[in-house]
Amino acid sequence: MRPFLYSRADGLDHAVQLAREGARPIAGGTNLLDLMKLQIEAPERLVDINRLPLGGIEPDGEGVRIGALVSNSACAADERIRRDYPVLSRAILAGATFQLRNKATTAGNLCQRTRCYYFYNIDTPCNKRRPGSGCSAIGGFNRIHAILGTSDACIATYPGDMAVALAALNAQVEITTAQGRKRHVPVRGFHRLPGDTPEKDNVLEPGDMITAVALPPPAGGRQIYRKVRERSSYAFALVSIAAVVRMEGGKIAAASLAFGGLAHKPWHDPRIDELLAGAMPSDALADKAADLLLEGAQGYGDNDFKIPLARRALKAVLREATGDAA
Amino acid sequence: MTRLLTMDAPDERNRLDAMAQGVIGKPLDRPDGPAKTTGTAKYAAEYNIPGCVEGVLVTAAISKGRVASIDDSSVMSMPGVIAVIADERMTARSAQGGAGKSPVRQIDRVEYWGQPVALVVAESFEQARDAAKHLRIEYQADEDAIVDQHDADAPVEPYGDPVVQGDLGHVMKQAAFAVDVTYTTECHNSAPMEPHASIAEWDGDKLTVHTSLQMIKYNVKEMADALGLSTEKVRLLSPYVGGGFGSKLGVSVEGAAAAVAAIKLKRPVRVVLLRQQVFQCVMRRSETTQRLRLAADKDGRLIGFGHEAKVSNLPDEDFAEPVTQASEFLYPGKNRTLRVDLARIHLVTAGSVRAPGEAVGMQCLESAMDELANQIGIDPVELRLRNIPERHPSKDIPYSSRKLAECLRDGAKRFGWSADRKPAQLRDGEWWIGTGMATACRVHNLNEAQARVTLRADGTAEVASDMTDIGTGTYAVLSQIAGEMLGLDIKDVSVKLGDSNFPPGAGSGGSWGAPSTGSAVFVACEAIRAELAKRLGCTETELTLRDGFATAGNRRVALTDVLSGDHFEEVGHFKAGKITDAFSAAMYGAFFAEVGVNAYTGEVRVRRFQGTFGFGRPLNAKTATSQCMGGMVWGIGSALTEDLVFDKRNGHIVNPDLAEYHLPVNLDVPKLDVVLLDERDPAASPLQAKGVGELGICGAAGAICNAIYHASGVRVRSYPITPDKVLAELPEP
Repeated sequence: MRPFLYSRADGLDHAVQLAREGARPIAGGTNLLDLMKLQIEAPERLVDINRLPLGGIEPDGEGVRIGALVSNSACAADERIRRDYPVLSRAILAGATFQLRNKATTAGNLCQRTRCYYFYNIDTPCNKRRPGSGCSAIGGFNRIHAILGTSDACIATYPGDMAVALAALNAQVEITTAQGRKRHVPVRGFHRLPGDTPEKDNVLEPGDMITAVALPPPAGGRQIYRKVRERSSYAFALVSIAAVVRMEGGKIAAASLAFGGLAHKPWHDPRIDELLAGAMPSDALADKAADLLLEGAQGYGDNDFKIPLARRALKAVLREATGDAA
Repeated sequence: MTRLLTMDAPDERNRLDAMAQGVIGKPLDRPDGPAKTTGTAKYAAEYNIPGCVEGVLVTAAISKGRVASIDDSSVMSMPGVIAVIADERMTARSAQGGAGKSPVRQIDRVEYWGQPVALVVAESFEQARDAAKHLRIEYQADEDAIVDQHDADAPVEPYGDPVVQGDLGHVMKQAAFAVDVTYTTECHNSAPMEPHASIAEWDGDKLTVHTSLQMIKYNVKEMADALGLSTEKVRLLSPYVGGGFGSKLGVSVEGAAAAVAAIKLKRPVRVVLLRQQVFQCVMRRSETTQRLRLAADKDGRLIGFGHEAKVSNLPDEDFAEPVTQASEFLYPGKNRTLRVDLARIHLVTAGSVRAPGEAVGMQCLESAMDELANQIGIDPVELRLRNIPERHPSKDIPYSSRKLAECLRDGAKRFGWSADRKPAQLRDGEWWIGTGMATACRVHNLNEAQARVTLRADGTAEVASDMTDIGTGTYAVLSQIAGEMLGLDIKDVSVKLGDSNFPPGAGSGGSWGAPSTGSAVFVACEAIRAELAKRLGCTETELTLRDGFATAGNRRVALTDVLSGDHFEEVGHFKAGKITDAFSAAMYGAFFAEVGVNAYTGEVRVRRFQGTFGFGRPLNAKTATSQCMGGMVWGIGSALTEDLVFDKRNGHIVNPDLAEYHLPVNLDVPKLDVVLLDERDPAASPLQAKGVGELGICGAAGAICNAIYHASGVRVRSYPITPDKVLAELPEP
């Protein structure tokens, strides 16, 4: 770990000012501290935002506003979240461990960095860690890597679960900019594809601070978070699916699906939601949805299995969501 | 006085059962438990020594070549940096178990990615780690590094003496039933919770090292040899060891580095391996490729048996994963071929990881046996029962006590085993449900051991040996043996371990720690009993010791009165003599598992797991049960998740941490049902005890593999059995 300056923000303005000057905000630190110990990141200055008034889960019109500092544990346990947005609660509980969820925050989780093996090893090239040095995962061991939206520069995935559920729920990220203005970015557009700038995980600009996540009015329906992994806990998703599906008269009235473990961002394809809306559920429909999902899928060797796995997981989720559990 | 017992014949006296205290075998709590759970038990890195500075190893980022230059100036001006040390006495690898001499030094010649090449010392750990990451090193990399045992250019040599009897190839063609299959296992890492750590102090003449090692008597020699010191000048202290699993059998790379730095700087130096370094520069279990050939007659009796393995290690290492160790004697078959080939490649040292040999050999053998049972169409339990040989199939010697049949029968009954083996018959929602079983087997090893027992004038006793407790329960079982023999409550027996100033015990390894060091304690206690008997005018066998009183004939006297101010001190010295070659001695058991296989995703979850074990006398039913449970958890990992991945381009470990090297977590482990059979094995040790530290893993993964087949009809011959491998064979959901 390199020496760094640490200061505690005494207000949002102060935090934004320090962030504008290049300080990295730290809340739970469950990811950043690891990255600093391994010198994957070496910020010269940290601004501790834990004492800012960014906690609380509050009504927001017909929706809900989740403060940036709400811990994952608190969010997953919140009565309203469990009742009206169960997919979010389930996704959070599918991630990490009790200890980590107690520390991890809503905003921090959105900013969680990839778990690409090569990103974590500073003795190997990685375009995300050191732009221009090359991608070791292409041609290397890439079992956990992306099959959608990849580039020649990077095939890393966004590893989180919470954001996948937020993408299915079409939540908005509330950001306070370096200039002190507020802007809202849909979660579906918050993370980005690597392109030729994989060092940028998301659309945050220097000095931007996430202050909350806003959930739209409850969508109802059946809400499922399905996470596929070889061990039952404390493992990142090989493939995950967040599904919000409302049935009416045997037909799918509305559906919203998002996918984790497949891309550099939670994957949402509006064509899938459109295909499902108004359709009679069937295996053929699930296959069509999978065709859309996997249209541009590309395996890199060790992760080829994610293509059939995503298809089968999608079939399982749609059967469960539309009433035919097995 | 030292009393020597060389075991040349079975010890039928069974002295322990003649004792009166009643503590042997009892499921007693560990005496060291409270210190460990309250954090007052100090581990190697936890000593606060004034003036101690911190060292961090710098490891190679190439897999083969030379260190051309190290630019000290790149870090010497950094805050707190004291020294950059690259010294010919530093070790480049871990010592193999029992080596007793320095491992390969030559840190300037790189043989594997992650090899230590220098040590950076600074005032604080953070400063040292920062400097270690900044140290500029120029390498001359060789282009010819082979890092994959399957590389056609990898040099391969036979290891040990193959067993070749009869004509296996011929009977494979003639047999009523034959299975010829190849299984693979990947590299494993034991990653003990306590990383490898040493604090070295040099007083200008003698070296003292607080360290975390399993076999002190060899480790002293290894350290002394590396440093060019005589063994009298080296003292090692490992009273508590936070897990070893073989990775601390020999000195590891941080020890000599800390010592060299302490000698050079004349200050105490602490070196703790980073978790990534525990993976990258200590020890791996070799990957294996195993061909199993099983030929059976029409009644399911084996007439041919082949087990041929290929494993790997670095050049100059004389260890090869002994994959076929249990295959030599577990099953019959007059026509036999057993061999191990060793590929020389440039990956981190391959060495002992819990139950070397059987851990991965048994799980493949037992899966192949399942395939044979399915081919014949008989219950796999019955197949095992039909194939328990009367004499060792190659050496023609008898077996010592062997409870394999009892384990199979009792385990099957307790588990509710069904002999109906048609696969893919039972569904629970999305999950295919199935059961599988496997035999457990692990060779019984003994090692020379000494222990000093002192019966003090106050009627309490002390046991002292350089033997270690690596979490296995040594403190408990040695106090129970002494308590039983001397008639003392175990709270009146203090056990001191892990100090090279104490008599040399067996060390913890190969499951031999308890039976060997325990036998040394037993021998010392027998000698003390004889002294007490002399004072009471009876023979040793006429003497009853219980609760601090001695009874001889119609006299009952307090021990303190018998001692009347004196104390007795005896060193027990135990050696396995001719007994080793007279019997085939091993521990046995049976595993029964129920798994669910997800019909959509190929995920596997273990739903029930039962193990019945016979390993001679259990010395402490609680710690023995814990050992078996731990082994079974390892079995789940070996079956489903554990895979130490090396990048095939340059041999670096891709997943050197516990986030991506997947051990089973709590949710992966169902309630483990462990049954210990009551057994005495007079040929095993004077305690009638064998070892149990490794038995629980030996074959466990095979039961899970077989259950996956029974559940889903998918036979995966490549461990770990991850969803991608299952998925490839599953039908459309």
